[in-house]
Amino acid sequence: MARHVVAAVGEIPPGGRKLVTLNGRDIGVFNLGGEYFALLNRCPHQGGALCQGTLTGLVTSTTPGEFTYARAGEMLKCPWHGWEYDIRTGQSWCDPEDTKVRLYPVTVEPGERLAKGPYVAETFTVSVEQAYIVVEV
Amino acid sequence: MQGVTPGGIDCDLHPALPGTAALLPYLDPYWREQITVRGIDGLDLASFPPKIPANGRADWRPQHGKPGADFDLLRRDALDGFGLRAAICNPLYGVQAVYNRHFATALATAMNDWMAAEWLDRDPRLRASVVIAPQDPAAAAAEIERRAADPRFVQVLLLAMGEAPLGRQQYWPIYEAAVRHRMPIGVHAGSTARHATTGNGWPSYYLEDYVAHAQAFQAQLLNLIHEGVFAKFPDLRVVLIESGFTWVPNFMWRANKTWRGVRAEVPWVDRPPADLIREHVRFTLQPADAPPDPADLARAIEQIGSDDVLLFSTDYPHWQFDGTDAFPAGFPAALRHKVAVDNPLATYPRLRETLS
Ligand code: FES
Repeated sequence: MARHVVAAVGEIPPGGRKLVTLNGRDIGVFNLGGEYFALLNRCPHQGGALCQGTLTGLVTSTTPGEFTYARAGEMLKCPWHGWEYDIRTGQSWCDPEDTKVRLYPVTVEPGERLAKGPYVAETFTVSVEQAYIVVEV
Repeated sequence: MQGVTPGGIDCDLHPALPGTAALLPYLDPYWREQITVRGIDGLDLASFPPKIPANGRADWRPQHGKPGADFDLLRRDALDGFGLRAAICNPLYGVQAVYNRHFATALATAMNDWMAAEWLDRDPRLRASVVIAPQDPAAAAAEIERRAADPRFVQVLLLAMGEAPLGRQQYWPIYEAAVRHRMPIGVHAGSTARHATTGNGWPSYYLEDYVAHAQAFQAQLLNLIHEGVFAKFPDLRVVLIESGFTWVPNFMWRANKTWRGVRAEVPWVDRPPADLIREHVRFTLQPADAPPDPADLARAIEQIGSDDVLLFSTDYPHWQFDGTDAFPAGFPAALRHKVAVDNPLATYPRLRETLS
C-alpha cells in the first residue's frame, strides 16, 4: 500500500469528483459535503465505469405512492445498467451483502506533513500552506 | 381413498353452469324477468368454447350437456378417480365480462348461491372460489364479505385478462376484503375481451389466444408487484390458475435484472421481484407446459427456487392429460406430496381449518 496525493483540498468541490489512476487502478474520488471517498472505477456487476455515473439521492418508501428522498448526491448510479451504490459504504442497493464496490481509505493531510513523506505525488508540487487529499492504494 | 393422488387437494376443478337459466332460482325477480324476457343465455367466455376438445376430456364428457355439469360424473371421475381429499371449484362463466356492472354483480351472487346449494352441499370434499364482478370493486368486496361466513369458500376468483391491470388501486378493496378473510386471490386463465388478448393487438386464431395467456399472466404479476399490492397487503397470496409455470424462471430473471437498475421508480418494491413471487405467488400444476425432455421439468422447478409455489390441480374436466396421473412426466417424485397436500394447505388457511 502506498499513499497517493491526488488533489489539493478545494480542487474537488462538494458534489464533485476527480478520476485518477493510482498504482494502475482507476479510482474516483468524491467530495460529499467535505468528506472524501475513493471508489474503484469498476462496477462489480459487469465492469462499467461506475465513477462516471450520475449522483442521485436515496429513494425509499414505506407504502405505495410514498417517496422518501434522502441523502441527495450520495448514491452513484452505474452508467451501464443503473445499479445504485452507496458512496459511503460501497454497497449496492440491490444486493448490499454480496455486491460492493471497493473503497480505499482517504485522508486530508496538511502540506507540512506531506513534505516529510513518504507520499507519492508525482503530479503535484506540495506546498506547506495547503491541505491535500491522500488516497491509500 | 383410491386414485394415484390419494389425499391430494385439487386446486382447480370446474363444475360447469349449464346456462343462465340455472341461476334463475338464485336471482331476484327483477333480474329473473330481465333474463327471461331478453332471452339472455350463453355467457360462456370466448376463452373457453364449450365444445372444443380441451374443454372436456373425451372420457369425462357427459352424454348430454357441458363437461363438468354433471355432479355424479365429477364425483366419480375427479373426487373418487383421483382419490382427492378436497377440491376447489372454479366455475367459469362470463360474469366478469358483462358490461352492466349491476347485472354482473347480481350474477356473481347467484353463481355463489348456486355453487353452495348445488355443489358444496352435495359433497363435503368440495370447496369453492368466490365469484365476484370486479367491474364494481365495492360490490365485489361486499360479495366476499357475504361469503366469508361460509368456510367452504376459500378463495376469490378473478380472470387473467380484465378491464384494467390487477395491481391498480381500484381493485384494492377486493384485496383488502380477501386478506381480511384469509382468502387468496385466484387469477384464472380467461379474457373478458375488454382489450386485445396480446400486446400486439388481436390475434387471428384461438390457438394464439391460448398460448399468449402466459404473457397476460406475466403482465398481471408485473403489475401486482410494481403497483405495490404486496407492499400494501403483506399477507396477500395470489394463485395463478392455468398459467403454466415453466416460464417463471425466465420471467424472474428479467424482472430482477430490470428492477436492479430501475427500482427507484417504484421504491416500495424493496426486494427483488423474484423474492416477492416466491413469497406471495402460487401456480397450479395443470396445464403444465411439458418440455420435450422430461428431465427439463425438474430443472425448471429448481430454477424457480422454491418448493412452495406449485399447487396440485387436475383442471377437471379440461383435457390436459390422460389417465389418472395428473403429474406430468418428469415431475420430481420427492415433490409430489408437498405439491399435492402441503402447499395447498399452506396456501388456503380456510381449507386447512376445515380439514383438520
Ligand atoms: S456494470 Fe454497472 S450496473 Fe452493470
